[in-house]
Amino acid sequence: MIKKFDKKDEESGSGSNPFQHLEKSAVLQEARIFNETPINPRRCLHILTKIIYLLNQGEHFGTTEATEAFFAMTRLFQSNDQTLRRMCYLTIKEMANISEDVIIVTSSLTKDMTGKEDVYRGPAIRALCRITDTTMLQAIERYMKQAIVDKVPSVSSSALVSSLHMVKMSYDVVKRWVNEAQEAASSDNIMVQYHALGLLYHLRKNDRLAVTKMLNKFTKSGLKSPFAYCMLIRIASKLLEETEGGHDSPLFDFIESCLRNKHEMVVYEAASAIVHMPNCTARELAPAVSVLQLFCSSPKAALRYAAVRTLNKVAMKHPSAVTACNLDLENLITDSNRSIATLAITTLLKTGSESSVDRLMKQISSFVSEISDEFKVVVVQAISALCQKYPRKHSVMMNFLSNMLRDDGGFEYKRAIVDCIISIIEENPESKETGLAHLCEFIEDCEHTVLATKILHLLGKEGPRTPSPSKYIRFIFNRVVLESEAVRAAAVSALAKFGAQNDDLLPSVLVLMQRCMMDSDDEVRDRATFYMNVLQQKQKALNAAYIFNGLSVSVPGLEKSLHQYTLEPSEKPFDMKTVPLATAVITEQKTEIAPVATSKLPEKLAPSRQDIYQEQLAAIPEFQGLGPLFKSSEPVQLTEAETEYVVRCIKHTFSNHMVFQFDCTNTLNDQLLQKVVVQMEPSEAYEVARYVPAPSLPYSQPGSCYSLVRLPDDDPTAVSCTFSCTMKYLVRDCDPNTGEPDDDGYDDEYVVRISPCGDPSETALPIGRHVASSSLAFSLPAGGPGGDRRRPHTEGPEAQLRSSLGGGGRRVREGGDVRAVIGPDAGGGREQHRQFPGDAAVRAFRQSPGEQELPRPLPRRRVPRGPRRAAAGAAGAGGRGHHAGDRAEQRGDGGGRHPGLRGLKSPAADLGSARPGFHFFFFFLLFLSVSTQQRSHTSDVIKL
Amino acid sequence: MDSAALEPSLYTVKAIFILDNDGNRLLAKYYDTGLYPSMKEQRSFEKNVFNKTHKADNEIAFLEGMTIVYKSSIDIFFYVVGSAQENELMLMAVLNCLFDSLSQILRKNVERRCLLDNMDGVFLVVDEIIDGGVILESDPQQVVEKVNYRADENPLSEQSVAQVLQSAKEQIKWSILK
Repeated sequence: MIKKFDKKDEESGSGSNPFQHLEKSAVLQEARIFNETPINPRRCLHILTKIIYLLNQGEHFGTTEATEAFFAMTRLFQSNDQTLRRMCYLTIKEMANISEDVIIVTSSLTKDMTGKEDVYRGPAIRALCRITDTTMLQAIERYMKQAIVDKVPSVSSSALVSSLHMVKMSYDVVKRWVNEAQEAASSDNIMVQYHALGLLYHLRKNDRLAVTKMLNKFTKSGLKSPFAYCMLIRIASKLLEETEGGHDSPLFDFIESCLRNKHEMVVYEAASAIVHMPNCTARELAPAVSVLQLFCSSPKAALRYAAVRTLNKVAMKHPSAVTACNLDLENLITDSNRSIATLAITTLLKTGSESSVDRLMKQISSFVSEISDEFKVVVVQAISALCQKYPRKHSVMMNFLSNMLRDDGGFEYKRAIVDCIISIIEENPESKETGLAHLCEFIEDCEHTVLATKILHLLGKEGPRTPSPSKYIRFIFNRVVLESEAVRAAAVSALAKFGAQNDDLLPSVLVLMQRCMMDSDDEVRDRATFYMNVLQQKQKALNAAYIFNGLSVSVPGLEKSLHQYTLEPSEKPFDMKTVPLATAVITEQKTEIAPVATSKLPEKLAPSRQDIYQEQLAAIPEFQGLGPLFKSSEPVQLTEAETEYVVRCIKHTFSNHMVFQFDCTNTLNDQLLQKVVVQMEPSEAYEVARYVPAPSLPYSQPGSCYSLVRLPDDDPTAVSCTFSCTMKYLVRDCDPNTGEPDDDGYDDEYVVRISPCGDPSETALPIGRHVASSSLAFSLPAGGPGGDRRRPHTEGPEAQLRSSLGGGGRRVREGGDVRAVIGPDAGGGREQHRQFPGDAAVRAFRQSPGEQELPRPLPRRRVPRGPRRAAAGAAGAGGRGHHAGDRAEQRGDGGGRHPGLRGLKSPAADLGSARPGFHFFFFFLLFLSVSTQQRSHTSDVIKL
Repeated sequence: MDSAALEPSLYTVKAIFILDNDGNRLLAKYYDTGLYPSMKEQRSFEKNVFNKTHKADNEIAFLEGMTIVYKSSIDIFFYVVGSAQENELMLMAVLNCLFDSLSQILRKNVERRCLLDNMDGVFLVVDEIIDGGVILESDPQQVVEKVNYRADENPLSEQSVAQVLQSAKEQIKWSILK
């Protein structure tokens, strides 16, 4: 690329770039004159400029050659030429990361920064800080402190900005300069003020109280710098958001008062801050909007742009507030800056009346080809919103969209249009035919596989139900003839759907399928053969199962399961039923399983939480061979947030084992913990098979240790267990600043205080809190093997229920074996996840008469419900209230089983009496309730 | 287009660059290392920006999720890039300061040849205005004072005689070749 331009340059004969034919090696050769005495400042300056120019052009310098040039350059400090010296500073900064041993210039720079020449001092500080690391910083700390409060503004500013850069690297050192920064903040110079404020905020941003104090001080005293005002407004609005302060707070008054500042920059910042505030009323918005309205007629394009963009924002939430500006916005729709015009039009589309839509659409279509893709997407979004507002206008919109679809544009833009058309089709049945026709036309010439497959899927879904489905067949079959494999495969699937739903089309579809069976691609042939055979059966049930219902499992989950299966080959064929279902309804995911389509959309297939855990656990050698992960619980906090070690627990259930994952965080900066293990003492038939310690826990870096518990496989009734847990580790004291640990450490223990909780995903506080005040009650939600042991295939509403129940149908096949005790547990867990959409349906299902005929559940030993369930039960349907009561009693009983444990002194008392983090023991109990049966629906007797 | 409000920070400027009228880079500084880390990405970004902006002098554009303010003078283009949520007027202040300082240093000859001849001064000016993404100074007068750089007044100094000869040679060479 560069070469090409160079050639063009030569051809045009301009040849005026003195740096045009620079060769790195030649320049480095020239750099030797740095060593000549006396120094020739002009020539040296020229060579330094060449070096910096080359670096700026992206020329790569090797370490050796850079170091060589750097060392030669250091000689130039002998010259007193001002520009040359300044260029030396620049070279130092540019080479700081390339050359070795840059710190040799430290002393020269320190001399300059404390010298008499003010011109040198600022730049010298900045260069010095660029090459200084944490250890060296302490050596220059004194100079930095002096420089921050220096009365020369450039020196002070440079020191402040450099300190800000160094905060990332050595926060603790820079923190000590707060007082100096405070002093600098009251400087008369506007930039010094701004930089001091920035540094102060950066040092204090984690301390809300300090920030509030600082804000109070500066908002009262008033600042001179518009930049500093902008900064203050941002801090204030952030604080308002965090504290959820009402709009009567002094901070809001401050922001509002800034609307009357004499600098446009500040006024705009304040207006934009108000607009971005959540839940702002129209009255509060009014002053901000009127300021923005004034800006709309500014001669400065940037100001108009800023104003319109912000108004566009307002219009999304409060269209009525912007109506006042409609006239000004009208003037902007012909603005020569197309970005401004686009924003003005889209804003008007949101605020204007239905009658103006046609006019605006006409206006925007006149220049839509001139604007950038980003703004085109904005336009499409505005249209999409408009269609929801004025459904009657859909024909205008559809026309416009189809025109846009024909224009050139990137993928994002096309996708926005296609999405918009699809949403219109879904909302407006009348627009379906025109919409589908436009989309058909689009896929005739579509270079984006993803979009083509998506549209084909839509055609397959919607097409058969239109009055004349036959006309779509031609478009679809054209794809089979002309397109790439992924699209062909999608087209075959779409064809099959037509054949399945329209009996009169079936013969023709079968003919087409036959042709597809000769395709060159495996996937296409496979699909065609498969659908051909299904269609020939002419059975509705088969069609429903294999043609209409696509893949309902989560794709990352499927990938994991298959991988797992290939790792452990077994006689059994792979069972699709073991794959977790897709948790969210992601339509794109279901569309086509064509590999190309999915691989192009990796961001869509975000793995679920459970997939992440599975991956983490699979990486631990000790946990190889546990089989697939059934279910991971929500994390449960075992400690309070302010304790010295924060521990939370996540249970992972496998077929024969459970893995307890303890996420520990060390919050003491003078300690390093090593070999951290949480020892668990089970009370019943369970045994702890293995501990995996966290090798080291430095300050504030979370680490995980694991305990592997084998579930008893001889006693199916051993469904609950209580564990008492102690965290054991090796403590090594360390220096809080450097993190260097002492050589020797000592063993110690810590018993985690437990806040009793159920599943934190529930907001209702568990009843168990009162009953078992320092015990942790876990409940493994359990589904019974008999949950729905019935006909494997059912149709109608029941099938629907099964799908909403998730694991329900699956349990049937796993029942009988004790292993299934845990298996269904996983299913049950999933069921919990899924409860939200159809909780009522699930309940109804359980109470259905068919359910009563289920095999009697085994007597249970412990209530299989977590306290939260009890709470939910108590709060919920009255019919289940008495269960909840029973359970609460039981819970009380459960807690009472360990009176000794509960009698231990409270952690708070310990905290007071001992040095934090040492020698206290408390226990936590894990009520591990694993039940073998479906619970709650029948009036089964609860036995202990 | 933009989501949450901006985290209060002094790091305002993401990048600053000067291009010639073919879109070639004369100077470029990227302050946010996460943004276009490789030279190739930087070049393609510059190219994209140039293509979208060089035709109409519109002062402001929104590209690749970033706010870009720009200005042209004869045959060079100045660009200042900030995040989507950034206060456009702050970016404008930087751009104006850059332009005014350079125009003073270059004695109003803000064009490619003159800029390249005084590249050292240009580097210093940019260094005085922005330091690692933080606006260091926004008043052109202050910048010029701090840089204390003057474009060559006397073109007949010892060094430039050689340069003049050199360029004369080049001119002749090209006229013959043509």
